[in-house]
Amino acid sequence: MDINEIHNLLKTVFEEAIGEVKTDKPVDPYIFIDAGKINAVSYFLRDEERLQFDSLSCLSGVDYDKDNFAVVYHLFSFALNQKLVVKVLVPKSAPVVPTISDVWATANWHEREAYDMFGIIFEGHPDLRRILCPEDWDGFPLRKDYKVQEFYNGMKVPY
Amino acid sequence: MDQFLINIFGDNIIKDIIIPVPVLIWVSVFALGAVLAERKISAFMQDRIGPNRTGKWGILQTIMDVVKLFQKEFVTPIRSNKILFRTAPYLVFTAAFLGYAVLPFSSVYIGVDLNLGLFYFFAITSLGVMGLLLAGWSSNNKYSLYGGLRSVAQIVSYEIPTALSALSVVMIAGTLSMQKFCVLQGGGIQNWYIFGGPGGISRLIMIPFLLSSALILFISTLAETNRTPFDIPEADSELVAGVHLEYSGMMFAMFFFAEYAQMFAVSGIITTLFFGGWQSPFGDLIPFLNSPVMQIFWFLIKGLFFVFVQIWLRWTLPRVRVDQLMIICWKYMIPLAFINLFAIGLYLVL
Amino acid sequence: MSELRTEEMVLNMGPQHPSTHGVLRLQLVLDGEIVIDVKPYIGYLHRCFEKHCEAMTYPQVIPYADRMDYVNSMSNELGYAIAVEKLCGIEIPERVEYIRVIMAELQRIASHLVALGTYGNDAGAFTPFLYCFIDREKVLELFEITCGARLLYNYIWIGGLSHDIPKEFIPKTKEFIKYFRPRIKQLNGLLSYNKIFIERTANVGVLPADYAINAGASGPTLRGSGVKFDLRKNDPYSIYDRFDFDIPVGNGEQGTLGDCWDRYMVRVHEMEESLKIIEQALDNIPEGDVQSAVPKRVKPPIGEIYVRTEVPKGELGYYIISDGSTNPFRVKARSASFCNVSLIGAMSRGHMIADVVMILGSYDIVLGEIDR
Repeated sequence: MDINEIHNLLKTVFEEAIGEVKTDKPVDPYIFIDAGKINAVSYFLRDEERLQFDSLSCLSGVDYDKDNFAVVYHLFSFALNQKLVVKVLVPKSAPVVPTISDVWATANWHEREAYDMFGIIFEGHPDLRRILCPEDWDGFPLRKDYKVQEFYNGMKVPY
Repeated sequence: MDQFLINIFGDNIIKDIIIPVPVLIWVSVFALGAVLAERKISAFMQDRIGPNRTGKWGILQTIMDVVKLFQKEFVTPIRSNKILFRTAPYLVFTAAFLGYAVLPFSSVYIGVDLNLGLFYFFAITSLGVMGLLLAGWSSNNKYSLYGGLRSVAQIVSYEIPTALSALSVVMIAGTLSMQKFCVLQGGGIQNWYIFGGPGGISRLIMIPFLLSSALILFISTLAETNRTPFDIPEADSELVAGVHLEYSGMMFAMFFFAEYAQMFAVSGIITTLFFGGWQSPFGDLIPFLNSPVMQIFWFLIKGLFFVFVQIWLRWTLPRVRVDQLMIICWKYMIPLAFINLFAIGLYLVL
Repeated sequence: MSELRTEEMVLNMGPQHPSTHGVLRLQLVLDGEIVIDVKPYIGYLHRCFEKHCEAMTYPQVIPYADRMDYVNSMSNELGYAIAVEKLCGIEIPERVEYIRVIMAELQRIASHLVALGTYGNDAGAFTPFLYCFIDREKVLELFEITCGARLLYNYIWIGGLSHDIPKEFIPKTKEFIKYFRPRIKQLNGLLSYNKIFIERTANVGVLPADYAINAGASGPTLRGSGVKFDLRKNDPYSIYDRFDFDIPVGNGEQGTLGDCWDRYMVRVHEMEESLKIIEQALDNIPEGDVQSAVPKRVKPPIGEIYVRTEVPKGELGYYIISDGSTNPFRVKARSASFCNVSLIGAMSRGHMIADVVMILGSYDIVLGEIDR
């Protein structure tokens, strides 16, 4: 199924939760989805007959623009050999996204990494803590306005 | 040898002091040489050269290692039990060395010719496990504890096939004394117990059972001395160094000397029981080769051959897991050893 | 004495351990020798690859991409170069494509040799490790005569390659292929079909196929469970669709389908398949100039792209967002080992400590890739 058909299918099932589809080159086409509904949409994407997206290739956090974070999901279907990219935008003031680690087990660690690097809170995640940085690190490194901390446990950080 | 020394010194006590000295010298030289041999043999098997910088062919390598280890600091973990921690390596080495008391190096030279020689040997090697357990427990370290517990399980379990397979030969010989084993196998290679021992052609029927007894004895003693494929207590890819984890310097060296000393002692047992001990394979055909001095040579050659096989196996085979080790012992070796015992007993009775 | 608890023990296979293939901390909760739970802690090798990319130009990222999975540098560079070329719309010469494939497959062999050698080492067999490294030396020598480096190359550039192959490369590679085929048989005889090794790895760490797909496993980890999926065939990139090779899949030959032995054997067979690809590519390299399409300045249009390639460890995906300037806006590297190592908790329950070591070795992780 190509991206427009998938978009229409999702719109018929989920109506307003589905944003527009972007297909201009050289972009990989993607569909915007409302943050609140991503869990339900993920179940649908995984279980629906014509879609069967049984694996999550990649989940990335992105510092999208001045006011928003984005979480980008790259999905792949082993059964039907098709790909899909889904984006969720959340405001920087309240970056909360429902988790999809119950849909695809891959998302567990990827969401922890997005939390660690950007501070995006994934609601319902079984074990949301920092994965790459030490547990008591301050700040979220991949944000564009990140300033590295001066001291960490008594050691000077920037050299 | 005892009488000879008493005649010289006229005193029992001095004799008792002098007798173990050659064995002590041999154990030290052997341990030094075995470490080097292991490194060189493993290097040749792995297509590399091994130590060759300290002395030609790396001969002085182990001596340099000992010098290095002597000047290392004795690190004792803070919350370990210091007394047990310090004594454990010496216990292990003592147990290994005491086994040499009954190894028949020659018809005139044996430490003590007990008429329970074999029994004494097995009893002493089982004392070594106490040292390992003490080392594992007193290091106050979970990895060492694992190593210690595994070693207890392993050594205690493998005592049984060792004893059973040795029993097969004891039944044929009718004695437990190590010197008598060697004396009874005199007269040439056809009289060695691996081929059925002295006697008529009908003895040859026992060969398969004796061969499998020898094999079981060899494998069980590999487990007794913690050699790969049974080197789980010191499994250095799972438990970092297992039992020896917290030891440094001379204490660490003690563990290694104990292991190499035991390797030779165990090879000595196998040669005595199955391969004629100090008997030359030519028997009485060439009397010079059967003189007491040459006998030492035969004993050492056979012992060293088995040490070589042990080293060879170490660098070829992977390690078995702990529960598989127990399965091999209890489900395969012990029933096989019993079958051998039964078959040989049946033959002797009929 | 009274406060000695005997139900469970927490053991740290800490950041420094001979068998965790890098600085990985595994917290094992044990009941005697049986593992109840395994919690991996990563981040000890985090070097902020993604943050660095935002401060550098596109070609400057390539040495950093090398250092992610340092055992397989060519494959990392290849994925990144393909992604940026697609974003910019650069057409590269045929010669460059062929040489890239040859380098990637040689790198696959070298990486699998490390994996197999260290796996034998984990099991206690010390000799196959050295035999594998002897063969790996020959591959590294081929890399050295081409680009001067043995481990971290900076060779595959955006739009081309940094150096052309020297004239002795093709004869030497042919010699290597002839030398290496019997060595695989020797490795099989020494380690793969050794009864003790089979006892250690068969029926250990069984990964069911549907859980593997759901949890994002890829590469030999996924193929060991019977899923016949390889990005070089199912989603071809570069010129892989011109070559004829097979995808080895685990088949439960010794023990259950999806156990450690299957994953190990998939790697051994993959080395043989790589030799086939290299042979076919060597005979057909066209002439050309490897530097002709390398742009002076890489300034992709605004857009984003996700490209995934089959590295020896699995699926390496690069998600690059460009905002029209010479520096990338966001580079996310989705590494194969990151997803593979998250499986270890589920796979080790109920096994013993020795098995945890074998399971971890069968996933073939490199911490540089996990932590980036």
